[in-house]
Order: sequence, then structure tokens, then C-alpha cells
Amino acid sequence: MTDVAVLGAGMHPWGKWGRSFVEYGRVAARAALADAGLEWRGVQSVVGAGTVRGGYPGHVAGAAFARALGWQGARVASVYAACASGAHAVAAARAQILAGQADAVLVVGADAAPKGFFAPAGGDRDDDPDWLRFRLLGATNPAYFGLYARRRMAVYGDTAEDFARVKVKNAAAGALNPLARYRKAVTAGEVAASPVVADPLRLLDVCATSDGGAALVLGSMEFARARGAADPVRIRAVSTVTPRYPRTVLDLPDIATDSGCGTGPGPAGAAVPFRASIARAAYEEAGIGPEELSLAEVYDLSTALELEWYEDIGLCGPGEGAALLGKGATALGGRVPVNASGGLASFGEAVPAQAIAQVCELTWQLRGAAGARQVPGARVGIAVNQGLFGHGSAIVAVR
Amino acid sequence: MERTRKPAVPGWFTEEGGFRLLGTRCAACAAVFFPREDAYCRNPHCAGGGAMEEVPLSRRGRVWSYTDGRYRPPAPYPSDPGEPWEPYTLLAVELEAEGMVVLGQAVPGVGPADLEVGMEVEVVGGVLAEDADTVWTTWCFRPVGGPA
Repeated sequence: MTDVAVLGAGMHPWGKWGRSFVEYGRVAARAALADAGLEWRGVQSVVGAGTVRGGYPGHVAGAAFARALGWQGARVASVYAACASGAHAVAAARAQILAGQADAVLVVGADAAPKGFFAPAGGDRDDDPDWLRFRLLGATNPAYFGLYARRRMAVYGDTAEDFARVKVKNAAAGALNPLARYRKAVTAGEVAASPVVADPLRLLDVCATSDGGAALVLGSMEFARARGAADPVRIRAVSTVTPRYPRTVLDLPDIATDSGCGTGPGPAGAAVPFRASIARAAYEEAGIGPEELSLAEVYDLSTALELEWYEDIGLCGPGEGAALLGKGATALGGRVPVNASGGLASFGEAVPAQAIAQVCELTWQLRGAAGARQVPGARVGIAVNQGLFGHGSAIVAVR
Repeated sequence: MERTRKPAVPGWFTEEGGFRLLGTRCAACAAVFFPREDAYCRNPHCAGGGAMEEVPLSRRGRVWSYTDGRYRPPAPYPSDPGEPWEPYTLLAVELEAEGMVVLGQAVPGVGPADLEVGMEVEVVGGVLAEDADTVWTTWCFRPVGGPA
């Protein structure tokens, strides 16, 4: 059995607070420890999800959080995997627990994001694909989201109205979440009236950059039971897969895909596309299929991208995302609510925190403690994202 | 004084004998890479031992998708904050022979309204930025038979 127990979950409210990421992480960590009923001094390990801006991070996440909580000699690790940092930190903590190195591990991610577009570090760094895409093409993250959105319109017939419906849905859920940055309902008219950022996507189709923090306390099942938690939320699978060569779907931050040339017989790119492979690996490890999901948290960096995730996590077939949304299946009250937390549409991006925040939401939902946004009877949830440079991540949690 | 023309990034394209993007091809498995991969082959199925040879890429391809940039991108994109921002158009183009999708800006004057997914385009030379001494050259895509 590869289950680990979620003993505690906590967040710092998301917004633009203008403080240090260490402070957000400390608040989230304290909340998670309190939720777990554990003293910080009793935790044997801390894993920090890192952010790297400027090449050298200045603070190293795990140690920075441990210092802010008070040095107490815990095992420490720092994990950087871009947007997947939080999930890879969970994977590291889980491995320690399953290896018997720690009964309880604190996982923390936090960031203070710059205003506007994410940008690479300074200097002339023409060996860095992320630097090159900005330098040569001015290709921001929303530019890639615009390319994906336009592609869906051409191939599947999705419309700008379909995309706007994702924002309306997620904003309605976020309005019910006291930890979200944006807690107001949004109408389709407001999306349509917002300025175009990257054709066909508008300002309200793309997520903002935010400050925020999220933390989890994970423990072994034995430790949980010994503490009286007979039926805790459990993490059953964590996938951290890379793409498979040749990757023939354009991915952020690359300037080109792999070529199908030289891959021998068989259709090029016939392997499972990267995003779909992320969820598939987690389902296989968990022994659970998409039909068993009660809810999902997916990376809605743009509204159109959320529809892509429906297909990638197996909620529907390719091209059927907009129809699934249209039926209300992914809204609160629907068959399988997606982004019941409000998603990145309501939180914005605080890169190393957001994959952890997704698991916080799954935890509260599976405990039946999500308040007004509760998915009734939630038993199984998946959280998926994708980190730049080929870091996949999906987490399956069960109750 | 005449300004020098320099590629914005060395070795990715040539203007001699007609503009071409330059990639590399593995002599062992025929895998093709752009941007060029000179040190090693990235194909996990490759037996190895092959040299990486420079190879010109297809002149033409079809539009996989397109978008534009309505807001000024951050540095290191060369752009004068004192000048008004002129949106550029970004194309993702599936190259004819290689089947790879390559990003590039459209030639000036081509906007999203001029484009369609599946449309045939060709790669041409363009200018990324100019300063007092240098014209920094790059690649652009232009609809075949469309605006020059």
C-alpha cells in the first residue's frame, strides 16, 4: 500500500499583500500544523516547494520556512519543478514517509509574484529556452494560452462564449471560498467586455499573478491511526512523469516541438499526449479510473486550458470539453465539479503554492469540510498540473 | 555609417541562397531538431554514436495556430517603452517535411484576421530589433501569396 495520510492542511489567503513569500509560507505551515494537532517541534522533516526567479533563489525554500518556524533540526529538502513544484514536494515527502524516514512531514509552498507577465531572469542567457522565447518572440505565457485556445476553436469548434463560461463557473465557486483572492461572481458579459490579451483570450480568460501560501502535513497511516485518525484523507498516487519523445504538441516555453522524423515505423506522436499521460500515470498508480472521481482540481491558467484538462483527465473524449461544461457537469452541483475551490481563476498564480493548494481543497472536500462549496459525498479527487520544462504532476486523494 | 546585420541568435537560420531555418539531424537515427541540438541526440530510441549534422528545414508549412500580443512583453524582448506598443502576431507553424511545430512572428502587417488554421505559410527573413550599429535579424512567417 502506498497511501499516506493528510494530517493537516492550511493556507495563507491569496491576494497581493506585498510581503515576503516566507511569511505566507509560515502562516500556511502554522495553519496546517494546527489542523493536524501537531507541534512543529514534533515534525521530523520539512519539504519546501521552491521558486526560482533571477536564477539564484536568494532564499532556499525548505530551509527558509524551517528558519521562520524556528530551527529544530528537522530533515530538510527543497524542490523546484516550476508549476509542479508543490506536487513534487508532496512526492518527496511521501517517499520519505513510505521509506520510514519520517512519521510526519511538513510540505510548504509560497510565493510573492510580480505584477503582470511572468518574465525570465535578466542577463544574456541564450542557452535557456524560457529566456529565448521572450527574447526572440515576445511569447508570454498568455501567448501560448492564446495559441491553444485558437487551436481548439479551429479543431473542435469551441467559441469565446464557451471559454467565458469557464470563468463564470470558477468565479461562482471562488465567491464561496474565503481563501480566494477574487470572491465575486463574474458574468459572461464582463468577460466579453474585458480587453484582449492574446487573441482570442481576454483579461478575464487568463489567470492573474498572486501572492499566496499553502501547506500540508503528511504522515504514515500507522502514525495517523496511532493519533486516533482512523479514516483520514489519503494520498494514493502522485505522478511526476516527463513527456515521451517525440512530443509533437507545442508546449510552454518551447519554440518548437519535436519532429516525428527518425522515430521509426508507426504514426508520429501516437503515444499518449503529455497532459493526458500525467493523469493516466496517477490513475494507474491509484488503481482508480476517471469515472470514480467526485471532483477535480485542474490548472486553469486560461479558461480554454481548463476544457483541455477535462479531456486529458478522462472526464470526456477529445473535443468534448465545451459540451461537458455546457451540460453543467463540471460546475458545483454537477456530476464531477472541476475547480470547486474557484481555481486559478479565483486564486491567481503563486507558483510553488498552487499545486499544494489544490491538495488542500481536495482534503477539505473529502473531509466534508468545504462549507458552501462542498461537493456532497466526495470520496475521490484528482489534482493535476504541469510544470515548465517537462514536469508533470497529478495527485489522487481518497477517503 | 552602415549598420551591420547580425542574426538575433547565431546558427538558427541562413540568408544565403534564400532564407532557411537551420536545424540539426542525427546521423544515426535521422531525428531532426530545431532549435539546433549540436551536442547529442534527444531520441531515447536512438542507438547513439551519430554525428549531429546541420540541415536546412522546410521553407513552407501550415498554420497550427496563431495569436497576438496586445500588451508589451517584458524584457528581454527588445521594445522601447517610450514608443507606443504595436501588437505583433505570433504563429505556430507545422513544417511540411519535419512535422514539427515552430513558433515565429508573422511579417509586419499580418494580423489574426488575415490568418486561418491550416493556411500555407512560408518562412522569410525579418528584423527583430535595430540599434545604432546593428540590425538584428530573425525569422518570420508570411502567408503564401499573401501580403509581403
